Amino acid sequence: MDEKIEIIDFKYEEITYRTSLTKKFASRTPYTPPDSRKVVAFIPGTILKVNVKEGHKVKKGDTLLVLQAMKMDNHLLATRNGTVKKVNVRQGEVVPKRHLLIELK
Amino acid sequence: MSLRAKTTELKRRMQEAFKGGGEQALEKQKASGKMTARERILALLDPNSFHEYDLFVKHAGQDFDMDKKYLPGDGVITGTGSINAWPVCIFAQDFTVAGGSLGLMHAKKITKIMDHAMKMKVPLIGINDSGGARIQEGVNSLAGYGEIFYRNTQASGVIPQISVILGPCAGGAVYSPALTDFVFVVDKISKMFITGPEVIKTVLGEEISMEDLGGARVHAEITGNAHFFAESENECFDQIKRLVSYIPWNNEKKAEVFPKKAPKSRQYKLDSIFPTNPMQPYDVRDVIRAIADDSDFFEVHELWAANIVIGFGRLDGQTVGFVANQPMVLAGVLDCDSSDKAARFIRYCDAFNVPLVTLVDLPGYLPGVDQEHAGVIRHGAKVLYAYSEASVPKLTVILRKAYGGGYIAMCSNHLRADFVFAWPTAEIAVMGPEGAANIIFRTEIKASDNPEETRKRLIEEYRQKFANPYVAAAYGYVDAVIEPNETRNYLTHSLVLAQSKREITPKKKHGVPPF
Repeated sequence: MDEKIEIIDFKYEEITYRTSLTKKFASRTPYTPPDSRKVVAFIPGTILKVNVKEGHKVKKGDTLLVLQAMKMDNHLLATRNGTVKKVNVRQGEVVPKRHLLIELK
Repeated sequence: MSLRAKTTELKRRMQEAFKGGGEQALEKQKASGKMTARERILALLDPNSFHEYDLFVKHAGQDFDMDKKYLPGDGVITGTGSINAWPVCIFAQDFTVAGGSLGLMHAKKITKIMDHAMKMKVPLIGINDSGGARIQEGVNSLAGYGEIFYRNTQASGVIPQISVILGPCAGGAVYSPALTDFVFVVDKISKMFITGPEVIKTVLGEEISMEDLGGARVHAEITGNAHFFAESENECFDQIKRLVSYIPWNNEKKAEVFPKKAPKSRQYKLDSIFPTNPMQPYDVRDVIRAIADDSDFFEVHELWAANIVIGFGRLDGQTVGFVANQPMVLAGVLDCDSSDKAARFIRYCDAFNVPLVTLVDLPGYLPGVDQEHAGVIRHGAKVLYAYSEASVPKLTVILRKAYGGGYIAMCSNHLRADFVFAWPTAEIAVMGPEGAANIIFRTEIKASDNPEETRKRLIEEYRQKFANPYVAAAYGYVDAVIEPNETRNYLTHSLVLAQSKREITPKKKHGVPPF
């Protein structure tokens, strides 16, 4: 608070207030709606096995890959029927949370 | 053996124990910029007031050749003393002795001094500097932590509990400070986390330094685990001494009354601090300083959730807890963090007989997907709960905007504020004039030949009619509309009136607050 405070415009219910932002508010990640075509890591971990390649046809419920985290093998399943558009990870790779693993179309 | 010889023998044993982990370990501790456990206690307590107990306690480790090791005091120093001549119980973990690790007897020394503090009803100060559980003592060290947590919980709301993190405090050990009332951290020295960088790297592959994961700044700014941040250990001890001056020894006492002192009215003039235009920011802490004795305000959680300000000050010598929206940060909105911050402080004040003074200036709750998904409903509810439940004197001053849910939450008349005062600049309304006019006059604005002009005219009409304190005053929701310069006068008078306040609450074991 004692560091230089940047006063900016902040709109709230159609009123524009002159105020500053908290670090947390300024660095928040904007919301993106969930997309069932994108398979992302729900937890950081290691890719144990990749079951699909680009162009593979998958059915809802197929295991796309196995993500190991907290000593658990997590099977990531297709939530829709489709074709694998892109595989962004390889076996053994360590991925952070929300990393885009596989894209379907 | 003569008395002298016996005394010499005692002194020899004491000197041996005072060496802690030995010259080398003590030097290492100092080289890393830290004081030793003993130095810390002596620096914090009044001179010559420290009385040590359990100096000759031996550790209980039997396995892994531990039985052959001598650990002076078993890695923790415990005792009693005073701060500003007020009695306290204290323990300090000694990192030079087996890394300050916690074994059975180490824990027993801590729990013994905690029991003492509870029986005597005096504050407890814990200085944490420990590598964690003593693995060689296995399940006994877990038992030790559990016994400490249980006592922290039993003591909560009975005696003030202060945790000082002056070194690592990792794993289960963090939960003792987390259960206490005030946590102090020092830059570059304090480290708190459940799982350290190494475990995070092996399990999850994420790399982070100890400082970035759980350093003092992280806990003071981001997590809110720490209430006070200091640049040095000495500054930290000064903060503790100051805090202790504001709070009572226990829940049956009131805080010490100091001589009355007028605010520094030349330095803190409301006329120059306070913009009447609700869109303009100002530092609400200056308003507090303009009201409080000697313009003295001791802020708690200064760096975290700065959109609300909490802390202690005095009115006519009596300690009060200030809770104030901060228009300078996020326009003073309530959000998840600021709700948590305020609610815990309100409950602290209520538990320890500290009257609450609430200064209101907020547009409402912070909108946003992240807020809604983070549970702003659940978090925001804590403020309502804490204020409604609090039975200490509750005084509210509405400075400017008090819109919607924010108005209700900030210790309104409806949550049983004893007195609600409003400045003539107050705008107590269901929402801001712009939003309200757009909803109420939607069709009228749409149907108009010049919607923009009509909108402006209607907003202005709404503002004239509703954006003031007089509508709420007309219903008696505001007890008095007062001149800002009369604020201190009204507050001190109300505090005198509320001296013997008794609130009748329904009989219950305890409520179920939205934790």
